[in-house]
Amino acid sequence: MDPIIEIHNLIKTFNGVSAVDGISFSVAKGAFFGLLGPNGAGKTTTIRMLYGFTPPSSGELRVFRREITSDWRWIKAKIGVCHQENTLDPDLTVRQNLLVYAGYFAVPKAVARRRAEELLDFFALSHRGDAKVMELSGGMARRVILARALINDPDLLILDEPTTGLDPQSRHQLWERLETLKASGLTVLLTTHYMEEAERLCDRLVIIDHGKILVEGSPQALKQRHAGDRIVEVAGPGAALLDFLAASQIPYDDLGERLLIYLTAEQEIEERIRSEFCMDRCTFRSGTLEDVFLRLTGRELRE
Amino acid sequence: MIRFDAISWRFLRVWRRNLITYRRIWKVSFITPLLEPLFFITAFGLGFSGMIGAVAYGGVQLTYTEYIAPALIASAVMNNAFFETTYASFVRMYYQKTFDGILATPISTEEVIIAEIVWAASKATAAATIMLLVLGSFGFVTLPQGLLILPLAFLGGLAFGAAGMFFTGIIPTIDMFNLPIFLFITPMFLFSGTFFPVSNLPAWAQPFALAFPLHHLVELFRTYCVGANETPTWISLLYLPLFLLLFGLLALAMMKRRLIR
Repeated sequence: MDPIIEIHNLIKTFNGVSAVDGISFSVAKGAFFGLLGPNGAGKTTTIRMLYGFTPPSSGELRVFRREITSDWRWIKAKIGVCHQENTLDPDLTVRQNLLVYAGYFAVPKAVARRRAEELLDFFALSHRGDAKVMELSGGMARRVILARALINDPDLLILDEPTTGLDPQSRHQLWERLETLKASGLTVLLTTHYMEEAERLCDRLVIIDHGKILVEGSPQALKQRHAGDRIVEVAGPGAALLDFLAASQIPYDDLGERLLIYLTAEQEIEERIRSEFCMDRCTFRSGTLEDVFLRLTGRELRE
Repeated sequence: MIRFDAISWRFLRVWRRNLITYRRIWKVSFITPLLEPLFFITAFGLGFSGMIGAVAYGGVQLTYTEYIAPALIASAVMNNAFFETTYASFVRMYYQKTFDGILATPISTEEVIIAEIVWAASKATAAATIMLLVLGSFGFVTLPQGLLILPLAFLGGLAFGAAGMFFTGIIPTIDMFNLPIFLFITPMFLFSGTFFPVSNLPAWAQPFALAFPLHHLVELFRTYCVGANETPTWISLLYLPLFLLLFGLLALAMMKRRLIR
């Protein structure tokens, strides 16, 4: 496999506090890779090191098999970054935003013009090319940022929470575009808070917390390993059920008012819980990535 | 901290971004340099000249308007450059996140900072050009040597732009620019030999005036406008590049510390 990103024991400390504390992973060419974690887990810091904005404190970081510290200009020329915040230039129109950005990459003018039109078309923005950035809705602005990130025809696209704050329509539209890009073979690194998004788009992902990697794998494998195939949510569980779970050695989380029981595909136990312990308030459902995430990173608030 | 190998001509791409923005509002931007000298010359020419008569400066006698005309251009260079790399750069950096966007491309932090300073100097030179045309048409500028003001305006613009960028690198909030303006820009505007010769100041105060970069820009402008000065030209020609070098390095160091997290 041709690795696009190789990270080994990467560390970043700010004033003695580790934001990224020895993470290692690699991303193969053409992969859609997810970087998941709660707020303050070190996602954005990792991304900033990847595109050469934040210098690493120690560890190895190679992109396109080159060192970011020495070949930063060459590497950055082949990366597209879609920031978490709106970094569009409010002094310029939508089209000018793309063209001026192409200038930073030294894309020839004619190529930039053609590419800008293609991207405006691809993101359904052709009719707003001359609009001022301030006039755009949140969903449109996000699409412009994404279009701008692709203006240099990158080999690696970095998306930092691309759908945060978007309405469901905009989010689904953006996902469709990202799936098209994925099908074209573009390598993508995504950070997100939305497990549905990661599950839908990512081939592989890592969950990080407190600057360390907790798990790595495909969404499917992680669900199997950490959430089980089936989950039963019981509201107001009785002592008999708790005794039964303990006796049968079935993993569960006791949230006080609610119990989450993690089951395998085996039908027998699920049926027993249904018939013996669930008079009314039980929900039977499949395990999701959100279950994995909450089990691994805990349920307490981060901010 | 400063990576000198990260500095290339690519900074012109960022400079061009500022030019594109400026072109959208250039008509408004041109009004100030067009009208400001007219206001000053009219006010001082009509209101003051009767009280003052001639100004003895560098061995020649000048009317008051002749005396202040070059200083008006020099002050405009200072204001244009300093305000561009303070308020305008701060807005781009902090509120618009323009720099964050640029720094995800093959442009280095050093290049962004240099582009801002060079842009400030360019804008200051544009203002100086318009003022030169206005004041020249009233006969306040000796030609052709008066044209030397333009490259000197660019040099002065770089120096004041670098000083402004340095303050942008250290200032916590945008309101606090009042401080360097009150402590640095205003005294300079008043005591640099702009409205009265430095030789009129008491002996103890004169060295302070000589330390002001605006004083040297005013002296150079006056040299080429009216052919007289009080400070040897070579001192001013040496002082401004040294000031630029010092504040250019300080600006790069402080801005990098601020931007790179």
